[in-house]
Amino acid sequence: MRDVIVITGISGNLGRALAKLLHRTDRVEGIDRRPMPGRPKDVVLHQIDLRRKKTEDIFRRGDVKALIHMGIMHDPRMSTEEHHTFNVFGTAQVLEFAARHHVPKIVVLSSANVYGPGPNNDNFLGEDAPLMGGQRFSEIRDLVEVDMYAQQYMWKHPEVETVVLRPVHILGPAIRNAPSSYLRLRRPLTLAGFDPMVQLVAVSDVCRALALALRPGLRGVYNLTGPGEAPLSAVLRELGRMPIPVPHPLARALVQRLWDARLTSFPPPELDHIQFLCTVDGSRFARDAGWKPQLTLRETIHCVDAESPIRREGAEAPAVRSAGAV
Amino acid sequence: MFAARTGASPNGVRRDGHEPAAQPGTAIVLASRAAGGITGALRRWTGRLVGPQQEERLERLQTRANEFGVDPFGLDIEFAKAAIAPVVWLYKNYFRVEVTGAVNVPQGRTLLVSNHSGQLPFDGAMIGVASLLEAEPPRMIRAMVEKWVPSIPYFAPLFARLGQVVGTPENCRRLLAQGETILVFPEGVRGISKLYRDRYKLQEFGNGFLRLALETRSPVVPVAVVGAEEQAPALADLKSVARVLGMPALPVTITGLPLPLPVKYRIRFGEPLLFEGNADEEDAEIEKKVHQVKATIQAMLNQGLRERRHVFW
Repeated sequence: MRDVIVITGISGNLGRALAKLLHRTDRVEGIDRRPMPGRPKDVVLHQIDLRRKKTEDIFRRGDVKALIHMGIMHDPRMSTEEHHTFNVFGTAQVLEFAARHHVPKIVVLSSANVYGPGPNNDNFLGEDAPLMGGQRFSEIRDLVEVDMYAQQYMWKHPEVETVVLRPVHILGPAIRNAPSSYLRLRRPLTLAGFDPMVQLVAVSDVCRALALALRPGLRGVYNLTGPGEAPLSAVLRELGRMPIPVPHPLARALVQRLWDARLTSFPPPELDHIQFLCTVDGSRFARDAGWKPQLTLRETIHCVDAESPIRREGAEAPAVRSAGAV
Repeated sequence: MFAARTGASPNGVRRDGHEPAAQPGTAIVLASRAAGGITGALRRWTGRLVGPQQEERLERLQTRANEFGVDPFGLDIEFAKAAIAPVVWLYKNYFRVEVTGAVNVPQGRTLLVSNHSGQLPFDGAMIGVASLLEAEPPRMIRAMVEKWVPSIPYFAPLFARLGQVVGTPENCRRLLAQGETILVFPEGVRGISKLYRDRYKLQEFGNGFLRLALETRSPVVPVAVVGAEEQAPALADLKSVARVLGMPALPVTITGLPLPLPVKYRIRFGEPLLFEGNADEEDAEIEKKVHQVKATIQAMLNQGLRERRHVFW
């Protein structure tokens, strides 16, 4: 009987939260190179590299009913080559294994960043909008490739129910992605004269959406939005931050210098996100899957600051936080 | 990391925190108080300019604001009511706008299509104030702005908070579906940067607006603005310099700066035109309908020019 849900990248903050949500009702197994602190006892962790042949063994047993693929690396400091092979080759590999062993459901976690922020963007980008994320920010290119690979997989394997989810900026207390780290800065840099609308979604809501995506019959590419949108300035005000507005050409040069000197963890092209729109239309997922976020916009914003239970255990080094000078 | 064990994060927001941070810096408090004071003063100024009767219209404005006071496109209606004060002043005292045919603006989704001129888009602003103060129900129009605007510091957020949206077909479609009133200048940059010798000669119209009107079955209201075309007489357009500066056009006016002269504005709203047909038809078919709109506006302009006594009063 097929009753196992396999999660790649389970040791990340999102993966752990998802495992905790799903293990109550399903058998959960994870694949990750990293150890998984706070792992529930009934969750099996295969601590191997996604790209290794051994990964196939997990699917060979024939009891996997769904694969949730979020083993995608977002470390901007890692070499492009390592990034690319891990993300693109790793995705191709694991999806191929799943197809070979007839896993009926695949959920791939992409990101709304694949559309890329830009001055000419529609205010609400639909799922059919071109993926321009790599245009100015080459590091996002392999995420775009992963997304495209998953779409191509839908054609190659029509028998598999494949869902690609593109969430907006994910916020969470322990999440160390660029938007969460940025919003945690007490004195964040902003670009003088720019105040784009931003969309945010809490990590707990993303987990619920991923669980929803497992629903039989659901397939396709979906934007995943949270509880609405607000101007960046309103978000910072809500958090009581003291923004430092800097003219944008200056800010770019400054962040570039800091980045080169390894004083910030924010890649300079990420500045586009605080200058231009990259907001999406999430109505398709709401319609097809009945998606509705649980948290309000206020709660979502505040969840970057909520104290992390993981950090309290001292299991996680706050390296990125302290590096976030910008 | 000092906050990890105290149960509060560094700036004092509680885990369940619904209130903003407890002790923001003095600078931020002063800055927001100053901003609040300016907004309040501007809002009162708007109230004084429009008078009690039209003030009641402002109160009736409907938006889909969320808990942060903005609608999904970024329109902040309370901010807008304050920020339009100087524009309303121009409307009442500088351009002394005279509006005819405001009853022609239908309820619900509408495309206002107008001639465009004057180097700076005061014509758009005046049509906006006219729709706010004269049309029934009062509405905040959404102009389809140049794709250049979101790259201009300060103007980008200002336009967004005032409800002005980048003119992509998708944005227009979505706003019409919401029942909004859209203002389109099919002449685009060709219109606003036209030279003095070309005044009141409509430039080439784009076809996009008509395809959208057909697709969404929205009425098209032709609008003629008389006066704006003389507000900043341009003698030449330095196209190559504009390209270097990344601007759509660089007009040279008599005064050097494209500031408007105190011309008298006459805005005429024509009767709504309803088009039937396939939105995906060939350009040639669409152009016939576009031409009909263009001819209507040109006729309204010509009539307005015949009827007016003087450029300035």
